[in-house]
Amino acid sequence: MPSETASRHSEPLPADSVGIVAPRSHTFSEPLRLACGRSLGDYTLVYETYGELNADKSNAVLICHALSGHHHAAGYHRAEDRRPGWWDQYIGPGKPIDTDKFFVVSLNNLGGCHGSTGPASTNPQSGLPWGPDFPPLRVRDWVHSQARLADLLGIEQWAAVVGGSLGGMQAMRWALEYPQRLRHAVVIASAMKLSAQNIAFNETARQAITSDPDFCGGRYLEEGKLPRRGLAVARMIGHITYLSDDGLGKKFGRELRSGTFRQGVEEQVEFQVQSYLRHQGDTFSASFDPNTYILMTRALDYFDLAREYGDDPVAAFSHAKCKFLLVSFTSDWRFAPERSREIAAALMHANVPVSYAEIDSPMGHDAFLLPNERYRRVFAAYMDSVAAEVTGRGAKP
Amino acid sequence: MMRVDLDVIQNWIAPRTRVLDLGCGDGMLLRQLADNKQVSGYGLEIDPEQIELCVANGVSVVEQNLDAGLGNFADGSFDTVVMTQALQTLRQPHLVVREMLRVGRECIITFPNFGQWKARWHLAFSGRMPVSDLLPYEWYDTPNIHFCTFRDFEVLCRENSWTILHRQVVSETAVGRAFKDFIPNLFGETAIYHLTR
Repeated sequence: MPSETASRHSEPLPADSVGIVAPRSHTFSEPLRLACGRSLGDYTLVYETYGELNADKSNAVLICHALSGHHHAAGYHRAEDRRPGWWDQYIGPGKPIDTDKFFVVSLNNLGGCHGSTGPASTNPQSGLPWGPDFPPLRVRDWVHSQARLADLLGIEQWAAVVGGSLGGMQAMRWALEYPQRLRHAVVIASAMKLSAQNIAFNETARQAITSDPDFCGGRYLEEGKLPRRGLAVARMIGHITYLSDDGLGKKFGRELRSGTFRQGVEEQVEFQVQSYLRHQGDTFSASFDPNTYILMTRALDYFDLAREYGDDPVAAFSHAKCKFLLVSFTSDWRFAPERSREIAAALMHANVPVSYAEIDSPMGHDAFLLPNERYRRVFAAYMDSVAAEVTGRGAKP
Repeated sequence: MMRVDLDVIQNWIAPRTRVLDLGCGDGMLLRQLADNKQVSGYGLEIDPEQIELCVANGVSVVEQNLDAGLGNFADGSFDTVVMTQALQTLRQPHLVVREMLRVGRECIITFPNFGQWKARWHLAFSGRMPVSDLLPYEWYDTPNIHFCTFRDFEVLCRENSWTILHRQVVSETAVGRAFKDFIPNLFGETAIYHLTR
């Protein structure tokens, strides 16, 4: 998270970093009609850009973030930041999303809590924080707001819309809502809809938040409170499911942080994995808005790509005009490879160009954020062909 | 794979049709079909390096193990299903050919001829499994687990009532080229079969 304050000990920034970046924001005044039927009168989107937009504005790439993501995808806000943006592994000079070739746009989605209008923003009608009154959002609402951002930046057509997990859902929705406005969709570790098990995990996380006494029916900001414990538990539940049994085993095993099993000694043990999870929960709950977490998980649950196309994914994808790259990870059990294979099958039956790679990784769903040589290579090969296409060098039909 | 196979296969595929290429390698056949005949299609491949080459070549490639079948494809969803030099690597080649003819109207299959004279000579006189330039593996580490001869394959076709539309035998050696048309099963190195249901 960007709120990490520990210093990088003033080491120079890595050569393959986009360097120091500054977020920008824009307030849109034309009301945005939402899927729920309500409208947002005016709203702010905060975003970052990396690289240069070329003369014919053909090299723009949109990054769509996942559940807990935000606009800060690459580089550093300050030289002393310890950690770069959340997808710095894959965005930067010489990286798969090569900022020497692409103009990369990364925003904090509507409903977020990192600068874009969301439940923690002030409701102009009441002068109080929106809280639980903030309209529920769906993936399509984000796509429409991202299209407004594209208009603002003068981008008629994205070279690619790229996203992992919930971000992949946005990329797919882009392909159906604005087929002329993207040439490629890169959908990583995603699904056309969540399974019952996935919804169950999200509901458990929401219950952890709403049952915290400090939740106050979602009006915790008005009450000067924050359901941090509930949010921390929600994050812990999520975090376990984003990793794999194998991955957790390799990282922590049954290592103890403190205490002993010695007989005759009464000293409670604490496993390393316990303290790790608590740390994850605590850091997260210090920087994330609980109502945003509820809103984002609901958007995940509601998403069903083909619902309005007679529940037929082939009929849905027959509207797409772009080409697709799909990637999944073998140990990801929340967005399992089978979900990506379903997307691939539907795209092939709809005669839409698609490539699909199934990456061997023990890192579970989180693998899409982590270094992996094969993932990097296939992602880079795809993005290189996109770059060649949009800049007219060695263009492939 | 030899270039001459590519040319023959391209001749058998009509322009603007849909092709599925099983074990598509670096995607060269699909690339050429797209460039020369506006054929659209997909390759299936399991080798990460080949998948990367396809992606770099702008060829649509889907990671899929052929031994797990083609259950994700509807009946008749392609005009032609192609499989070059992969038949002998499959666990159940006959089931895959059956699947190819379910998913495609026609299929084109190429495979190395185990009945070619060199292989016969090698086995007959050295008493060891043939190792050649075309099939450079030892018996224990070869990916080629189901060898057959042209005649074996034609028996399989007959047993399953598959129709052989065309057969072309190719050889890269002078001896092979000279005699392959007279006794193909003895002199042909590679066969290209064009089948339909």
